[in-house]
Amino acid sequence: MRLPFRFGCAALAALLLMTGCYAVTLDRDLNLTPEMFAQRQVQTRRFDTTDEKKILTTCAALLQDTGFTIDESDTQLGLLIASKERDASDPVQWAVFLTAGIFLGVPIPPDKDQVMKAFVTTRPAGTEGRQVAVRVVFERTVFDTEQRLKKIEPLNDPNLYRGFFEKLSKALFLEAHEF
Amino acid sequence: MNFDRLKRTLHLLIPLMFLVTACATTQDHLLDMNTSQVQLRSIQSRAFDTTDKEKTMRAIIATLQDLGFMLDRADYTLGVVTASKARADSVQMQAYASLRITVTVRPRGEKQLLVRASAEYLRSPVTDAKPYQNFFNSLEKAMFLEAHQVD
Repeated sequence: MRLPFRFGCAALAALLLMTGCYAVTLDRDLNLTPEMFAQRQVQTRRFDTTDEKKILTTCAALLQDTGFTIDESDTQLGLLIASKERDASDPVQWAVFLTAGIFLGVPIPPDKDQVMKAFVTTRPAGTEGRQVAVRVVFERTVFDTEQRLKKIEPLNDPNLYRGFFEKLSKALFLEAHEF
Repeated sequence: MNFDRLKRTLHLLIPLMFLVTACATTQDHLLDMNTSQVQLRSIQSRAFDTTDKEKTMRAIIATLQDLGFMLDRADYTLGVVTASKARADSVQMQAYASLRITVTVRPRGEKQLLVRASAEYLRSPVTDAKPYQNFFNSLEKAMFLEAHQVD
C-alpha cells in the first residue's frame, strides 16, 4: 500500500518540476552569454573569397547532397534554412523501454522520428571584405512512438560542424579558416 | 401545446447560446491590445544612426543566430525577420517553451533606421521592457552602433 503512495508523490513532484521549469525563459534567452560566443567559434569558418553568392549556392548544393530540403533562402541577406525528417530509433532506448515495461510496468516510449534543421548565414568578413564567413547551426526535434514531442535540442557536437565545413571546403576548392 | 413548443425552443436555444459565447471569448484575441499601444511601441523600438538597411538586417539575423534562434522568415523588401527559439527535454523534465520574435526595420527620417521587435512567449505577448532591453543590448554589439530610445 505504501509503494503506490510513494510513487504518486514522486509523479506529483515530477509534474510540479515540469511545469516549474521551462526550457526557454525570457530572462535568459535574449542575453548573449560567453557560451554563445564559444558556440559561434565552433559553428563559423572563413573562406578566402569575395564571392558570397557562390558560397551560398555551394552551401545549398551541399545541404541538398546531405538530404536536406531548402525551406527559406535570401541571397541579399545571405541566408539558407533547410530541414529533413529522419528515423530516430535507438536500440538502447528500445531495450530500456522493453525492460521497464516488463519488470516495472512503466512504459517509457522510445524515440521514433526526428526533424533536423540547418540554419546557414554568410557575411563578408576580414579586412576590406576579402573573406566570407559562413556560420551553420543545426538543431533537431524528436518525437516518440506515441508521436509526442520528446525534445527540441541544438546539436552542439563540434565534429558535426567540422564535418560540414570539410565537405564545404572540398566543394569550394578553398581552405576553411577557423574563426 | 404552447408550453411544449417553448420547451423545444429552449432545448435548441441553450446549446446555441453556449456555442455563441464560446466563439466570442477566444476570437477576441485577434485584435487585442493589452497595454497602451504607444507605450508598448516605445518599449519595442530603437533608432540606429545608419541608413544601411541590408547591414542592419544582417546584424539582426546574426544576433538572433547568436542567441540560438532558428530563422522562420526573412524579407528584405519588407524589412521583416521572424525567428523562434523552442526547446524541450522530457528526460530532463524541461517543459516545452517557445519564444517567437518578429523584428522590422524601416527608415526614420533621413539619417536613421527604426528597429522594432515584438516577442511572444508561452502563447502571450511580451509587454515587459526588460526582455527587449536585453535584445537591443545584444543587437548593439553586432551593429557596433548605439541604440537610441525613441518616444
